[in-house]
Amino acid sequence: MIEGRLLSATIVGCVIDEPVLNRVLTAALADGAEFAEVFAEDAERNSVNLDDGRIENLASSRDRGAGIRVIAHGTVGFAHTADLSEASLVRAARAAAEAARRHAAPGSGHAVEIATQSSSPAPVEKPPADVDKATKVGAVRRADQVARAYDRAITQVSANYADTRRRILVANSDGLLTTDDQTRTQFSVSCVATGDAGMQTGRESVGHTMGYELLDRYSVDELATSAAARAVSKLEARPAPSGTHTVVIGPGSGGVLFHEACGHGLEADLVRKGASTFAGKLGQKVASELVTLIDDGTMAGEWGQFAVDDEGQPAARNVLIENGVLVDYLWDGIRARQEGRPSSGNGRRQSYKHLPMVRMTNTYLAGGQTDPADIIAGVANGVYVARLGGGQVNTTSGDFVFGMTEAYLIEDGKITTPLREGQLIGNGPKVLQMIDAVGNDFEMGPPGTCGKDGQGVPVGDGVPTLRVTEMTIGGTAA
Amino acid sequence: MTPDELLMLASRLAEKAAPGEQIEVACSHGESTSIRVYEGAVESLTQAENSGIGVRVIRDGREGFASAGTLDPDVVDQMLAQARDNARFAEVDPDAGIAEPDGVEAVDIDLWRDELADYSIEDKVAMAVEIEARVLAADSRIVGVRTSTYGDGAGSFALASSNGIRAASRSTSAGIGIQALADDGNQMQTGYAGDGAREPGGLDLDEVVDRAVRQALDLLGSRKPTTRTVSLVLDPRLAATMMSVIAGTLNGGRVIKGRTPFAGRVGETIASPLLTFSDEPIDPDSLGADAYDGEGLACRSVPLVTDGVLRGFVWDSYTGRRGGSGSTGSAQRAARGLPSPGVHALSVAAGEGGGLDDLIAGVEDGVLVFSLAGLHSGVNAVSGDLSLGVEGRMIRNGQLAEPIGEATVGSTLQRLLLDVEAVGSDRIHLSSGISTPSLVIGDVMLSGAAA
Repeated sequence: MIEGRLLSATIVGCVIDEPVLNRVLTAALADGAEFAEVFAEDAERNSVNLDDGRIENLASSRDRGAGIRVIAHGTVGFAHTADLSEASLVRAARAAAEAARRHAAPGSGHAVEIATQSSSPAPVEKPPADVDKATKVGAVRRADQVARAYDRAITQVSANYADTRRRILVANSDGLLTTDDQTRTQFSVSCVATGDAGMQTGRESVGHTMGYELLDRYSVDELATSAAARAVSKLEARPAPSGTHTVVIGPGSGGVLFHEACGHGLEADLVRKGASTFAGKLGQKVASELVTLIDDGTMAGEWGQFAVDDEGQPAARNVLIENGVLVDYLWDGIRARQEGRPSSGNGRRQSYKHLPMVRMTNTYLAGGQTDPADIIAGVANGVYVARLGGGQVNTTSGDFVFGMTEAYLIEDGKITTPLREGQLIGNGPKVLQMIDAVGNDFEMGPPGTCGKDGQGVPVGDGVPTLRVTEMTIGGTAA
Repeated sequence: MTPDELLMLASRLAEKAAPGEQIEVACSHGESTSIRVYEGAVESLTQAENSGIGVRVIRDGREGFASAGTLDPDVVDQMLAQARDNARFAEVDPDAGIAEPDGVEAVDIDLWRDELADYSIEDKVAMAVEIEARVLAADSRIVGVRTSTYGDGAGSFALASSNGIRAASRSTSAGIGIQALADDGNQMQTGYAGDGAREPGGLDLDEVVDRAVRQALDLLGSRKPTTRTVSLVLDPRLAATMMSVIAGTLNGGRVIKGRTPFAGRVGETIASPLLTFSDEPIDPDSLGADAYDGEGLACRSVPLVTDGVLRGFVWDSYTGRRGGSGSTGSAQRAARGLPSPGVHALSVAAGEGGGLDDLIAGVEDGVLVFSLAGLHSGVNAVSGDLSLGVEGRMIRNGQLAEPIGEATVGSTLQRLLLDVEAVGSDRIHLSSGISTPSLVIGDVMLSGAAA
């Protein structure tokens, strides 16, 4: 109990003592609700933005508050407040209870006693708060210089650094009390190159669940050079072809393919509402046997890593598809409760102002056996996508799109001409069956923000080189 | 909090400016309700109170910014200190600065409706339950509803600066949305529809139910089309989607940094002569209307393209200073973010093409678009390259034909503007704040199966 008090007290600026949490949860249950939860958060963000050769601004933001969730007969009531006093928390608890009670039969409450469950937040070697602002400013300035020096065609550069520290506390009427302390740091460089045929863009972005040691792990010079090179090489690009082609996807950023093609469709909230093409297919072969898909919130340092999810459940490694067979869906607490099974540690929310729902963490395709060179050599005519941007999926039909931000033609087994941007479109269940080669060169891709029902959360994804026998490329050339 | 209370808070902080220092304080406070209904019962009900403050400090040509999600006095003071500290590390920029009063009188637009307070939580839940039930009952092929939602909000915004700007406003809004699931035994499809208004009484439930059902059903049996060049027919909602992407490239921030293909082309023909559009934030019928912009200057009408000729861009005060044109009162921001120029209430002028049916009748080989996917990943606003997932129905010889999906449409923003072949006379005000008629755009690459 004492440990719990210490733990909650470590959330600087949002100290909620254990007895207060007990009283707030008890108040939330007073009308006979079956579950109540306090989610408190203190999030700080600092960023440095350089654009057009100037440090445009340094920005800091601070968000702290608590969201209180009450479940009564399947109805979720939710209220949040930026005021962490006991009076305000109890008011929010009553508002949430009132909201949940409206369509539920009244019952009688019971007292709650919480007990601490320890968690091990990801280690931070260099807390960004300890690094002076001038150092961060120096890093983005360096990126600007290096990118501009790369080639005279580079006409515009923006470089951004940001760190966030998010401390959370979760206490619920099951007696749980746990905390997490998440530090994420990111750095990105975007370049515009101008040539005879107009402008092209190139971007490089890295982000990890770690502190300022991010910039020990990556060289700012290399990041800037690679963004600039990407923009310049696209000046020579020709319009992407249209229609169906064999597509080879390079290692790393191609993970977005699985995020869109099947990740969202495996989220239990969508499955339960029949809004997923993967509903009712557990145990069935849903993909080529080369496909083993894993979602892993424990991957050290990756963008979607955390110690406990936003419902207080420990992060976990969950195998979703094993050798092509659908093994499990992704679960949050509420959906797991309905099915009488444990949560898979995938209940996440953007902030204390949002309800948690089923979300991915770090989603990746396990590495295969094939030499990537052989995968490309086996294609007579096709497209090699070195880098994918974001995407979008309709989980009901399974159709998804994603943008290719760096792509080349494959001719006679060789990577040749660069292509302008376009989107690839496919149908998740069909594309999963058409994967006919998986490389032995697994990499995680750049950091992503996954959007769902208006909430964004940090996610990672990764793939080795892989080949899809047929996908539609949305170019403009015939 | 009322606009006046917020304005007092903001003014008090702005008045702390030291000699040679500029301070701008924006703050907001609001309450909102959101309801999700599933299978006739409330799935979740959220009651929320949101506050925000953003403090911008400029000293010796250096800008710093800090923001917080609370108006607690200790945090508010901390934000001023943080913004001042951040300013020390910024680059000296002779154009840095907050807005200067320009004498333009703000129009009196009332965005507040007392009627919102007349609706109880039960009334609001009933609306979401009603549209769900009506969608489910509409057709035997409608097998479910993924979400039926209702949401509303009432809030105040105030901005005060050491340059003497004082602006405050309040507004209400309400919205509904529903996603229908249709299944014909072989295929599942979805249809989404929503509406927004200043108060619940302004929501058109009939139209939302009808559109969600029709879209889901009309897509059943869709197949991948063959790859070829076609015309796109965009109803006002889809026209708004496409035009807002284009309008997003016509802002001063992109111009001064060379990030739009239209920089330096004022006075040139960049679009079909059939096309005229502008920013009309002072049209009280637009849901994008506002009296003040995000820096406290009066909103005003800004011509963008007239009869195909580029007339100008939208500017905020910083980009306007650098670009030499001054602010057009077009700063956009939330209290917690920095201002940047943008179109508030895009308005595309009605043409003479008639209604959607007339436009369809005039197309030989085309697609009536139901949805466009991948707007954030498929449009490069710098190069202009555009590639979007598309769902809709083919048009053959002026008649609607089979539904299509798993396809993309590709072009460039530059070409889309020039390829506008017809502009409808069916202009409407949409809940997005955009007002536009239907459009027909020719010569777009439809990418699907081999021909």
